[in-house]
Amino acid sequence: MTTLDAKIPKGTLEDKWVNYRSKMNLVAPNNKRRIEIIVVGTGLAGASAAATLGELGYKVKAFTFHDSPRRAHSIAAQGGINAAKNYQNDGDSIYRLFYDTIKGGDYRSREANVHRLAEASVSIIDQAVAQGVPFAREYGGLLANRSFGGVQVSRTFYARGQTGQQLLLGAYSSLSRQISTGSVTMYNRHEMVDLVKVDGKARGIIARNLLTGELERHAAHCVVLATGGYGNVFYLSTNAMGSNVTAAWKSVKRGALMANPCFTQIHPTCIPVSGDYQSKLTLMSESLRNDGRVWVPKKKEDSIAIREGKKTALDIKEEDRDYYLERRYPAFGNLVPRDVASRAAKVECDKGHGVSPTGLAVFLDFSSAIERYGKAEAYSMGISDSISAAKITELGKKVVEAKYGNLFQMYDKITGEDPYVFPMKIYPAVHYTMGGVWVDYNLETNVPGLFVLGEANFSDHGANRLGASALMQGLADGYFVIPYTIGQFLSNEIRTPSITTDSEAFAEAESSTRDKIKRLIDIKGNQSVESFHRRLGKIMWEYCGMSRNADGLKKGRSMIRALREEFYKDVFVPGTAEEFNPELEKAIRVADFLELGEVMMLDALNRNESCGGHFREEYATAEGEALRRDEEYAYVAAWEWDETEPILHKEDLTFENVELKTRSYK
Amino acid sequence: MQLKLKVWRQKNAKTNGEFQTYSVTASEHMSFLEMLDVLNEELISKKEDPIAFEHDCREGICGTCNLVIDGRPHGPMQGTTTCQLHMRSFKDGDTIVIEPWRAEAFPIIKDLVVDRSAFDRIIQSGGYISVNTGQAMDGNAIPVEKDLAIKAFDAATCIGCGACVAACPNGSAMLFTAAKVSHLGLLPQGKVEHTKRTRSMVDQMDKEGFGNCSNVGACEVECPKEISIENIARMNRSYVAAVFGSDE
Ligand SMILES: Cc1cc2nc3c(=O)[nH]c(=O)nc-3n(C[C@H](O)[C@H](O)[C@H](O)COP(=O)(O)OP(=O)(O)OC[C@H]3O[C@@H](n4cnc5c(N)ncnc54)[C@H](O)[C@@H]3O)c2cc1C
Ligand code: SF4
Ligand code: FES
Repeated sequence: MTTLDAKIPKGTLEDKWVNYRSKMNLVAPNNKRRIEIIVVGTGLAGASAAATLGELGYKVKAFTFHDSPRRAHSIAAQGGINAAKNYQNDGDSIYRLFYDTIKGGDYRSREANVHRLAEASVSIIDQAVAQGVPFAREYGGLLANRSFGGVQVSRTFYARGQTGQQLLLGAYSSLSRQISTGSVTMYNRHEMVDLVKVDGKARGIIARNLLTGELERHAAHCVVLATGGYGNVFYLSTNAMGSNVTAAWKSVKRGALMANPCFTQIHPTCIPVSGDYQSKLTLMSESLRNDGRVWVPKKKEDSIAIREGKKTALDIKEEDRDYYLERRYPAFGNLVPRDVASRAAKVECDKGHGVSPTGLAVFLDFSSAIERYGKAEAYSMGISDSISAAKITELGKKVVEAKYGNLFQMYDKITGEDPYVFPMKIYPAVHYTMGGVWVDYNLETNVPGLFVLGEANFSDHGANRLGASALMQGLADGYFVIPYTIGQFLSNEIRTPSITTDSEAFAEAESSTRDKIKRLIDIKGNQSVESFHRRLGKIMWEYCGMSRNADGLKKGRSMIRALREEFYKDVFVPGTAEEFNPELEKAIRVADFLELGEVMMLDALNRNESCGGHFREEYATAEGEALRRDEEYAYVAAWEWDETEPILHKEDLTFENVELKTRSYK
Repeated sequence: MQLKLKVWRQKNAKTNGEFQTYSVTASEHMSFLEMLDVLNEELISKKEDPIAFEHDCREGICGTCNLVIDGRPHGPMQGTTTCQLHMRSFKDGDTIVIEPWRAEAFPIIKDLVVDRSAFDRIIQSGGYISVNTGQAMDGNAIPVEKDLAIKAFDAATCIGCGACVAACPNGSAMLFTAAKVSHLGLLPQGKVEHTKRTRSMVDQMDKEGFGNCSNVGACEVECPKEISIENIARMNRSYVAAVFGSDE
């Protein structure tokens, strides 16, 4: 075990970043033109990084496995992006955003990084507006805000329910502009399948051209990964089908470290599973909790009747409903952070109050909001005296539609049920991974020259991410952090000539990748890749999901090892390696998930405490709330891969500015 | 429910394709793509080549999925992508015909997968506002009238799926291009480059081999995001202005 150095600059929290940035080593413009950078991933983090590095004059090569950068998983983000603009004059500030994020993350993130994130948040909005991102606006033409779970100010900027799409299109347009000027060369449908290190430094990648199957060598002075999160290790998640851990995992196998992999976020408001054929889960944006009230029937008989289709939510009288979040957490009510809301739903369903045929769902009800908005509309129209209840509902529905129309429509399409009439049924699902590749303050891994941004790194959200903060982090990393910090490495490389791909390191990486792919194709077993993935997901959800315990984690780990063995004996990958072969792509990704899953179990087992998204049944208060153990576990657990026994390294977290408290949302 | 599928199979860009018929058992709660997953599992269990089709988000936002179902891009439901279509829109015993997008500018890669990179090149030709990172002024320094913001937004919701091209008898990309031109051109930030942008994007569209617009209107009908054909009229006006040298 080694203790990791995060290279946090000295100085007060408020001044660290500004001072550091002002004294950083720079790369002169004439040198930038000779320096090559590989950016893998063109979601929010990667596209913003590639575009900005291109603008600065570096020679950038960008890679995505998608057919276009515009399709990255970032596109699916619905709810919004946080920024400490304080446009609402409700007491927000950079410090408050910093504090909320540290607290929301249950004191398992780095103070210095989080403060820098809060500082950058302000410029992100400006940048996006300038690119033409159509954020929601008030009648006066100024930007609108809403509030999100876990905070008491209104700092979330949004673009209907499509904030991720609009921000990504903004970053994509900037990236497209750099592609058109030639400063960025874009490689679509190329998947990074290995990292190449030359003399200990990250100097390139092996990419598989997905159209031809050809393995290509690409060299650069350094490598930046922005390849997203690994939620799909659970098979069912809200992530896009293609999201995977391969780029990050291959880097781990080349010496990078996987930090806090067990910190996964289970989002409370998703559409419940409906059958075995289910391929993914759909998120209903958290913003719905601003107006929706979560409840289950108080009486188990009512829940059973609903499950059997003998009653609907509308048959349950007000006094027979348990608004359990409002009851348990009066201060935050339906707006408690995600981990708290998810666990509370699980508790109710485990007690037998669930409302879908599987028993795994709770209601999210808009009837109070519809009535409230209807009355307000009627009042402002001056007709509140004469109006009927039906008319109030009609007016209220219009307001709700304007706010959440596309989400309601999406729900209706998937479930075939009208959420304006019947409350939505929701259940928690895997959504986001706080864990990721370990990086220092510069976003550089322990492998010199390898940088990791966005959801793929572990840096800013601790044990739980607050809503609307992932978009903020991805864009902060890409637009406002990496363009500076990469200079710390590159300023020492100005005399390094262009890296060639004919070295031994590239040859070794290419041939070992070829062997691995051949091995998968040659197994010619009897079970599909998908079936292994699904089984892995079940193990992860069962033993490393919303609540965990030591016995389960040990069992889960050995089950994964057995599954991995079976995979290499019996998987069937159709077709050949030298063609467009989506099944082979999946097989490569699932092989990596089968290793990552084991490290997640191990990490969860090592962390003998409950914090944020990591809830260990052995570590709970008498009321069932999470019990953190700061004395022993205020550290980042960073794992080095080893087939037999992964090795733990630690980064101690020191808190100089906030006092560690038990999170309370009561 | 029991279904018969007639699916376009084509090994690669160089070979000819043909329809093949399959039977599949589905449930009405499945999504259309889950129904295809089930079929593919079956094919794989028989060691046959699964049907290649593209998809990613499976919630109607990434624009990756692209099937022509019974002759209609994205199938029978208005305002719905292929991935959002559910089997409850079909009946037991139905025969469903599944084809790829067909357009000169979207060559087939395999089975139902096509190459839509021409769309990227249209955006690269000018579908952006030229602002470097760090150059922006405060977000609230440019108020945008709410109605205008809504119009720009409606155009900005284009997911780049290409259904408009697939729907058009001429294989025209006018709706896609016009949506981007309108989104940026309607906003004060985008006004500055509007004329130049319109011209270069339209020129690139022509270069990519997309057909001309003859006002058929099929694009608007099949667009899963219900992008209005008004955008095309708006773009035409500014294109004419661009070519003849005066601004709108
Ligand atoms: C349904 C949903 C809703 C969300 N809503 C919100 C929200 O409202 N607010 C918020 O803040 N956050 C939200 N999030 C979280 C947020 O969207 C993501 O965390 C964030 O967008 C991740 O961005 P990224 O750039 O790190 O990665 P991604 O967008 O996942 O991009 C990854 C990129 O890497 C590429 N890639 C990956 N592996 C390889 C490889 N091996 N080779 C080549 N390329 C590769 C991909 O092609 C892609 O371009 C939501 C997430 C989900 C699932
Ligand atoms: S205009 Fe509509 S159909 Fe055409 S690409 Fe955009 S979303 Fe798809
Ligand atoms: S798969 Fe993303 S829109 Fe259909």
